[in-house]
Amino acid sequence: MILVQQSDFDPGHELDKLVKDRTDIGASVSFVGHMRARNNGRAVETMTLEHYPGMAEKALARIEAEARDRWPLDASLIIHRVGPLKPGDRIVLVITASAHRQAAFEAAEFLMDWLKTKAPFWKKEEGPDGTNWVAAKDTDENAAQRWTASPKS
Amino acid sequence: MKILYFAWFRDRIGKPEETINAADCENKTIADLIRLLVERGEEYATAFEDISVVHAALDMEEVPLTTPIGKARELAFYPPFTGG
Repeated sequence: MILVQQSDFDPGHELDKLVKDRTDIGASVSFVGHMRARNNGRAVETMTLEHYPGMAEKALARIEAEARDRWPLDASLIIHRVGPLKPGDRIVLVITASAHRQAAFEAAEFLMDWLKTKAPFWKKEEGPDGTNWVAAKDTDENAAQRWTASPKS
Repeated sequence: MKILYFAWFRDRIGKPEETINAADCENKTIADLIRLLVERGEEYATAFEDISVVHAALDMEEVPLTTPIGKARELAFYPPFTGG
């Protein structure tokens, strides 16, 4: 399941809901991305997440489907927040669940790597030094590239 | 056809969207349309200055700038994604 929302989420509650009454799941991995007060040496007071409504949901659904195609996942969830955030706030949640841990670990990493580079979200940072749009990082692109070959092949 | 601008495209062009005449897009690629837009004024010229960071989606599907616009209803311009 995928959700794009302004409001915060409770990772523990989301995990409980996802695996409730499931006795086939032996491993779940939860990843939470948080907002930092400093980025590239600059202080950040507010970070605003913008998205392309419609396309963002479509892109996340496609990325999730790709993960479920590559790994034997029994459940998965992506929540991506939009709107203004403060340092320490949660930004994104990825949960993957499978019979065994390797698939859950790998799929969670894959989902994060791909959603950073393949879903239409943009970050704007505001701080004492002014306002700027965050530039895409080569390291994120490289991280996404390593999944190009399917682990099944 | 509707054109949407996201992130710093919107800031530089000064509006989130605009509608352009479908006839202006006939037999044109996205790159052709960019050339037309750039002639409209400084704000467009600045937004499309560095073509290497210009990304586009036709009806919510990312496509290369060489793609013909065809009968698309919505064209979006945006910089590389930075979510997550």
